[in-house]
Amino acid sequence: MTTTDTGTNQGAAARPVVEIAGVDKVFDASGGRTKALEGIDLRIQAGEFVSLIGPSGCGKSTLLRLIGDLTAPTTGTVAINGKPARQARLDRDYGIVFQAPVLFDWRTVQANVALPLEVKGLSRAERDERVRSMLDLVELSGFARHYPYQLSGGMQQRVSIARALALEPSILLMDEPFGALDEMTRERLNSEVQRIWQQTGTTIVFVTHSIPEAVFLSSRVVVMSPRPGRIVRVIDIDLPRPRTDDTRETPRYFELITEVREALRGRRGDGDGAGAGIASAERTMAEGAVG
Amino acid sequence: MTAATAGFTPRERGSMLTRIGRQVRGQAPAIAVFFTVLIGWEAFVAMANLQQFILPRPSAIATALADDWTILSTAAGNTLYEALGGLAIGVTAGVLTAFAVSRWARLRDAVLPIAIGASAVPIIAAAPIMSNWFGILNPFAKMAIVILLTYFPMLISVSRGLTQVDPATLELMEASAASEWQVLRKVRIPNALPYFFTALKVCTTLSLIGAVVAEYFGGSTEVLGRVIVQSSSRLRFDITWAAIAIAAISGIVMYLVALVVERLVIPWHASQRSREP
Repeated sequence: MTTTDTGTNQGAAARPVVEIAGVDKVFDASGGRTKALEGIDLRIQAGEFVSLIGPSGCGKSTLLRLIGDLTAPTTGTVAINGKPARQARLDRDYGIVFQAPVLFDWRTVQANVALPLEVKGLSRAERDERVRSMLDLVELSGFARHYPYQLSGGMQQRVSIARALALEPSILLMDEPFGALDEMTRERLNSEVQRIWQQTGTTIVFVTHSIPEAVFLSSRVVVMSPRPGRIVRVIDIDLPRPRTDDTRETPRYFELITEVREALRGRRGDGDGAGAGIASAERTMAEGAVG
Repeated sequence: MTAATAGFTPRERGSMLTRIGRQVRGQAPAIAVFFTVLIGWEAFVAMANLQQFILPRPSAIATALADDWTILSTAAGNTLYEALGGLAIGVTAGVLTAFAVSRWARLRDAVLPIAIGASAVPIIAAAPIMSNWFGILNPFAKMAIVILLTYFPMLISVSRGLTQVDPATLELMEASAASEWQVLRKVRIPNALPYFFTALKVCTTLSLIGAVVAEYFGGSTEVLGRVIVQSSSRLRFDITWAAIAIAAISGIVMYLVALVVERLVIPWHASQRSREP
């Protein structure tokens, strides 16, 4: 759980922003009980950029939703800034970005960004000022009065990032935010997320199924196993910042990509040993259920 | 970034008048067809030498409209009073009930299946019963039919609009620690507006059908329904047609008013976006 100076915005001395201890998550569906997460322990320090990566259905999104108190753990505890996750949600400690931009069709770009500010009850003047600086941050100032349908997918996702950051949350939760975008847009937005992260100093927890994306962005990559999701390995990414398009062509970048890939594969290798029969039988039974 | 700054400009708005002007020009083909049909109709009746009680010429209908204007306009006023009064009450009641059933799931499960069933019933058949309850000369007997006709579609549509909200939107509000009231005001109501207007347009038409047909079953004579029944029994089909024309124009005007309000209130909705050339 160490952090490196290449990996964090702030000193490693700060208390953890996220503390997950002994978390299991079981879904009760009509088709039976599905164990989505098992024995999760994870601490994330302030200013870290942590990616959760794993095969689909490994529970990485569920883990993110546990941090955001959008679902509750079956056993174990989730603490955010030293508080229960529920209290952190009510205190608006985090901002969230989903895979879809989830913008309101009836609101302009600026009104969409202002939404959490309105919900919190900020004055008109405060809202306008925050919205302006957020749109500057995501470089969409010229589009304040546009409606979402007038923007491209990448621009819509940047609006949703601006909205998530509007209340200056201590954590930004991102659930496969660029999964629906083309590769070129994704790479450009990755650079932009890095810049925003460095500029704001916020802690980011980022769910992805793209290895290059995870390596490029993260200070640590948390590799998860297929259902039930367990943390297989945590890999420190020591690439210097700011990472650029050139970083994507360095040998170290490829080494780290290989390391993450092997960690992802490793779990399946373990599965050939003792007890694998039961594990894979469980997995087969759970197939098709919530992930 | 650079790619982002290229491209879109906000949708051209223009003044209300230029927009209406553009709208009228857009409808030119429909207007042309309308007048062509009228002229063809006039010519056909003359050439086929049809009796006026089979099919009066448009010009004869126009004459009847002018000659009997006092009776027709009074009748139209009374019928519109029933239709609009019933529409207002039915729509208001439907919307209020929709808010209640969307708030309490158990109420929804109890009420909505019945509402869907009720909206499939030919409610107009209950007109004699309403006359019996409220008095045959009481305009409320006709209004009650209009209320029943418009209430259920409005209730069903608006409760769908209030409840069929993108789950991710609700999660977003939850993540912002929004209150139930804020979710209602900022998510559910805007989401329900397109549903409301779709139902409103249907209800304007239903309200006029309900009022006119309910009048067929008796009551005050100074209403469009009675004018239609009585003029046709005297074989004065020119007056019948004139009354139908007034009912038609009223219906179209009511529909257009609903359409214009819809455009003003939900310009952001997909159905309202100007199509690209």
